Amino acid sequence: MVEESNLKLTGESRQKIVALKQLYPSPRSAVLPALHVVQEQFGYVPVPPMAEVADILEILHGEVEQVATFYRMYHQQPVGKFVVKVCDSISCYLRGSDELLAQGQQKLGVKCGGTTPDGQITLDKIECLAACGNAPCIQVNDEFIYDVTPAQFDAVLDELKRAKKNPYFVP
Amino acid sequence: MSVINYKSNQIFPPPPPSGDPTYQYILLKHRVVPGLRKLAVYQKEGGYEGLKKALNDYQPGQVIDLVKQSGLRGRGGAGFPAGTKWSFIPKVGGAKYVCCNADESEPGTFSNHELIENNPHQLIEGILITCYAIGSELGFIYIRGEFARGARVLEEAVKEARAAGLVGKNILGTGFNCEVIVHRGAGAYICGEESALLESLEGKRGFPRLRPPFPAIAGLYARPTVINNSETLCNVPHILRHGPEWYANYGTEKTKGFRLYCLSGHVERPGNYELPCGTTFRKLIYDLAGGVWKGRKLKALIPGGSSTPFLAATDEVLDTPMDFEGIAARGSMQGSAGVIVFDDQTCIVGAVLRLVEFYKDESCGKCTPCREGTQWLVQILHRLEHGEGRPGDLELLLNVGSNIAGKSFCLLGDSAPVPIESALKLFREEFEYHIHQGRCMVGPGANRPVTIGAAH
Repeated sequence: MVEESNLKLTGESRQKIVALKQLYPSPRSAVLPALHVVQEQFGYVPVPPMAEVADILEILHGEVEQVATFYRMYHQQPVGKFVVKVCDSISCYLRGSDELLAQGQQKLGVKCGGTTPDGQITLDKIECLAACGNAPCIQVNDEFIYDVTPAQFDAVLDELKRAKKNPYFVP
Repeated sequence: MSVINYKSNQIFPPPPPSGDPTYQYILLKHRVVPGLRKLAVYQKEGGYEGLKKALNDYQPGQVIDLVKQSGLRGRGGAGFPAGTKWSFIPKVGGAKYVCCNADESEPGTFSNHELIENNPHQLIEGILITCYAIGSELGFIYIRGEFARGARVLEEAVKEARAAGLVGKNILGTGFNCEVIVHRGAGAYICGEESALLESLEGKRGFPRLRPPFPAIAGLYARPTVINNSETLCNVPHILRHGPEWYANYGTEKTKGFRLYCLSGHVERPGNYELPCGTTFRKLIYDLAGGVWKGRKLKALIPGGSSTPFLAATDEVLDTPMDFEGIAARGSMQGSAGVIVFDDQTCIVGAVLRLVEFYKDESCGKCTPCREGTQWLVQILHRLEHGEGRPGDLELLLNVGSNIAGKSFCLLGDSAPVPIESALKLFREEFEYHIHQGRCMVGPGANRPVTIGAAH
């Protein structure tokens, strides 16, 4: 396990961030996509790479940090390999999202926001995912699963317990 | 493709169209044309003809006039005429920008999601035409972070378009230069508010700006900027291709064209329905979507996303044309056309709590009334819902609500109390029942034994 203070961006990540910097009329505009690159590498947004992002974009460290702490997709702490997000906004609520969330907590033995001891799955809820016509819907990391029944949800969690890569990725 | 001139009273069949080949989708054409995502297929279906026409046949100002004539109004919620918005851009030199708002996050709204993942070129073409019309050489698509797939699809489409000379320098040999940048947000409803979107695109927290100045004068990087919803921009290529008269042939007198009605909640067949503006709720919910699910009765509906007031299930409401004026006449709003249906087994207190929780979670924290007030609203609703309501709570809810609305920078604060106020008007007795009986008046929660503190 690497100490957080030693976490560094890979050359590939740095290159991606440099390319983003050149894409926009103002380098600061690249902060959000750059933090996505950071999260892609580490699974969350640790502090030291934030400073690297700031240095590449030639902005203040605090300017990166204020963004990283504002937007909910950036995890401040390490999370499970797969983050299962159950939409609990109104249209999903009307079609059983609370029941799914309860089912998930029971099956995984974690509370909402918690991670299984093996670090495989984090269960969380999320605000409206704009898939209300296919409610209830969930996301596994950034991929959608629509019209989720309790039986399907059970199967999804079983699959994720063993999965190496996100099985729900659609190009 | 031959174009059928639908008259405004004609109804598009419901999705899925059960293999009916006579049906013609416009915005949702991908449902009947496999592979429309790819440039070659899109072009075969007449794609980028609108852009060609704009660049070859019209001056930028004429394009704005065409869009004005079509009567196209913004699909994001406010319904502002798109052409008029574009005409506010000053005719000055220097950088100008077009920002497509694809930060679709309003509960009950999901049209952008389908349009982007299945027909990205339709949106890109709309952005290019808009850029040409206002004299911009750079368009942004601000897509919500959760639409990772949507962003991938758009990136790939931009790449395809660039390779075909449709994005970049000297587009179609006309001397028009234009770039399109796909920019992923990172999870914040507030960034759908146009000035917060601009802040976010500049790499900052999504805090709304004080206006004036409006984005048309000082928007992105303090330059003149047009911001339109994705669905609005998706209409533009069709207007250019078929003409404003064709477009204005659909819809009602003041709300022209067709739009995607996002139907969700307790209906048999939820989904996006592409219909002429002004179709009635009855047609949408009962004729097309199979009515309320499980054979139940309609209790209420929200007509235009979670920020619009509840409407009762009366015949008068059901026969209301879904356009900006029609719904306003019933005391609610067209908004984003996200129609949310509630059946008669729904406890209104639980539903309102869930609606308001959204605004609490999504308040950006800039304005004190909204940041603190939404917390208070949720606290009070939470105790009502859980059998701990107190006499006077309903008045307190209204009082707190009136101290948020109109006292915050942006519409999020104005929206947060809306579900409470409108539900109290229609279903006050259910709230009172919760206070006095400690449990729900209707639905599954009505049968539970009363245990104060755990009525639900």
